[in-house]
Amino acid sequence: MSDPQEHTHIDSVGTYVKILLALLVATGVTTAVSRLDLGAFNTVVALSIASAKMLLVALFFMHIRHSNKLTKLVVVGGLLWLAILLLLTMTDFATRGIIGVPGK
Amino acid sequence: MADHAHTETLALRVQFDTEAQQKDASTLGMWIFLITEIMFFGGMFAVYTVYRNWYPEVFAIASSSLNEVIGALNTGVLLLSSFTMVMAVRAGQLGQRKAIVMFLILTLLFGGIFLGVKAYEWNEKFEEHHIPGQAAFHLEGVAPGDQGHAQLFFSIYFAMTGLHALHMVIGVGILLTLIVQANKGRFSASYYTPVDVAGLYWHFVDVIWIFLFPLLYLIDRHLGK
Amino acid sequence: MITAAAQEREHYLNASYGLKSWLLTKDHKRIGLLYLFTITLFFFIGGAFATLIRIELLTPQGNLVSSETYNKLFTMHAVAMIFFFLIPSIPAVLGNFFLPIMIGARDLAFPKLNLLSWYLLVIGGAFSLFAMIAGGVDTGWTFYTPYSTTYSNSWVIATALGIFIAGFSSILTGLNFIVTVHRMRAPGMTWFRMPLFVWANYATSLIQVLGTPVLAVTIVLLFVERVFHLGIFDPARGGDPVLFQHLFWFYSHPAVYIMVLPSMGVVSEIISTFSRKAIFGYRIVAFSSVAIAVLGFLVWGHHLFVSGQSLYAGMVFSFLSYFVAIPSAIKVFNWTATLYRGSISLQTPMLYAFGFIGLFTIGGLTGLFLAALGMDIHVTDTYFVVAHFHYIMVGGALMGYLGGMHFWWPKITGRMYPEGWAKLSALVIFLGFNLTFFPQFILGYLGMPRRYHLYPEEFQVLNVLSTAGASVLAVGYAIPMIYFIWSLRYGKVAPANPWGATGLEWKTSSPPPVHNFDETPVVTRGAYDYASLMAEEVEVG
Repeated sequence: MSDPQEHTHIDSVGTYVKILLALLVATGVTTAVSRLDLGAFNTVVALSIASAKMLLVALFFMHIRHSNKLTKLVVVGGLLWLAILLLLTMTDFATRGIIGVPGK
Repeated sequence: MADHAHTETLALRVQFDTEAQQKDASTLGMWIFLITEIMFFGGMFAVYTVYRNWYPEVFAIASSSLNEVIGALNTGVLLLSSFTMVMAVRAGQLGQRKAIVMFLILTLLFGGIFLGVKAYEWNEKFEEHHIPGQAAFHLEGVAPGDQGHAQLFFSIYFAMTGLHALHMVIGVGILLTLIVQANKGRFSASYYTPVDVAGLYWHFVDVIWIFLFPLLYLIDRHLGK
Repeated sequence: MITAAAQEREHYLNASYGLKSWLLTKDHKRIGLLYLFTITLFFFIGGAFATLIRIELLTPQGNLVSSETYNKLFTMHAVAMIFFFLIPSIPAVLGNFFLPIMIGARDLAFPKLNLLSWYLLVIGGAFSLFAMIAGGVDTGWTFYTPYSTTYSNSWVIATALGIFIAGFSSILTGLNFIVTVHRMRAPGMTWFRMPLFVWANYATSLIQVLGTPVLAVTIVLLFVERVFHLGIFDPARGGDPVLFQHLFWFYSHPAVYIMVLPSMGVVSEIISTFSRKAIFGYRIVAFSSVAIAVLGFLVWGHHLFVSGQSLYAGMVFSFLSYFVAIPSAIKVFNWTATLYRGSISLQTPMLYAFGFIGLFTIGGLTGLFLAALGMDIHVTDTYFVVAHFHYIMVGGALMGYLGGMHFWWPKITGRMYPEGWAKLSALVIFLGFNLTFFPQFILGYLGMPRRYHLYPEEFQVLNVLSTAGASVLAVGYAIPMIYFIWSLRYGKVAPANPWGATGLEWKTSSPPPVHNFDETPVVTRGAYDYASLMAEEVEVG
């Protein structure tokens, strides 16, 4: 059948070096920003930068860029289930006491 | 029926028809394993989210007691190890046997440094009495009534970084095995699946740290000072 | 009795001999049988605890065992039955054996991993068994904190560790199945030609893979809190035990579907085979398995209605819980519609399938009562709940398992079981089951709480009925054990396709050869194409 070579995309060393540099810079930026007072946006910025770093690692180092649809579906599914876990748990913890319990 | 005999480099197992099918199955298997890992760490992220929302001030103070410069440098080391890992996979794709061994050793080295720094940081916690569950536990700047909440932060800190480190240790074990195999010349351009799949695992553990670093060290640390 | 030719034919059972050829096997069929021995052992261990519970409950006084011992009995009954029998039962035994054959594969994608899964179950089982022998565990199978982390003096860690290890067995089996279904299907075996048993196991695998890791980490957190005093759920430090319950039920509610979904798959196979018709609305039934798997993750909070969860969350989870009824009802309606004008033969597997449909319906409908916030507050932690989940897990999951064991026994062993005895035992099990658990609905509605061995005297009649039913049930389970073993030697030799069924597993010999097929099958038809099968028979005839 088909030669596995055919399906393999080999990225250049330059691409990987660029990604590494971007990751290192992002780490520096997120550390520096943590000293500023951005109010609620400290959390937003920190998690946005972390998500961007995750995307770089996943797309380039983990080759999701070149992966088939099934692999992408698996990854998205995993993140979706994580979201279910976090959101439905918070449905409880973020709403404690907003509706009074009769007799209490 | 597929041929039972397989050569040193072209290990085609009996249940598969083609090498492409075998490689596809291994990669898919690893990705599914990684989503189980997402859910495994997800449970701890849920714990973190709940308590951070409940006790933001104490968590900010506790966060700022961690050394963010060491944390950032260690993140850099781990990112470097991810880079060398992907270079090892690239060497596999190109069939450069010596380069595979070299990059795997570099990955092992950076992983080892990360774990060493982590051990140093943990040790610091013991010296500072930031160990939850111990009578001597005390976090500067937190009211006596809120010391329990500070303990929660450090419980989460130890649970998350501990399980992350455990995954690193497992990764180190995998790397050692691969180095031995690569040194024997097991891998080539047509068969480097173990390197590829181990790479996925290593990068995943890196991604977990990419989130642990801001969650534990950075968020709201300006409030704690 | 056995022709010389049949004796000489090599199959998976006689291809090699000796303990090593079993303990180091990579053959999914042999691994399926290893699982069969293991879970049968745990079924009898769990059954022994159940027996003691029912004997204790004969009288209103706690006169057989102490309260502490009683706590241990119901905990260990649940641990053995849930984690070491029901969860591995159909996927690991029948799924392992038949999933690859039904999609025309030579084995699972990762045979060594499959063997490892069995060893993990055995090691996990050994830890739990050790805990049982050393003194038992008394926290309830739910391990609620802070009792489990701080106060219980029983063998919490050993048991939890056993469940943690067995969890990895479950995860790896699920992973193996998913990859196998995606990557190992025979030429022509498209997704919508797959038997519904494969669909059901695929959906189950999704739950195993997505849910079990959360149980694993919850056990880890329990472990570090109990051993290292990291206070993740400790209320004294501002932690919340309800958070433990969230994490626990994130897995353990979907786990109910790990137990019952594969049974639904078995029932689809049986109903189709013994009414000689394609399953009505095949695609909808296939999708409903996946829908149950997905929806199962959105409803866990209905276990926390009275535990301090916010009322808003209670309403959200109550609302979401009703949605599970939709795919479940679709299955029941479509099975019933399949029977309509079918050529029905009432062989033993069909009796079990009917039992499943009836009992699962009762279990499912009473589940709706419990999903209703107001009703649930009345019956929380009463025998109503106990009856409800036994209708699902014993009436549903176990009936499906036994139905599947009878359906595929000829393929697994190459021998037929005695039909008369089998029908009798199916009937005895059905009657015994209802006599055991139906009175518990009434007891619960009247207010008898679960997990106590003392109860007011007015509940005695119903408890005696329940215990009597349990005795009948025990007899019902003993009969198949005896005739299955008997049939290995004395049963009629089974032909390749004793039921005239359409699945690929019936196209290979009984028992199957080592690599399942003499040559890789090419699939040209849907899973239940009885119409063209019968047309062919007419032509040939």
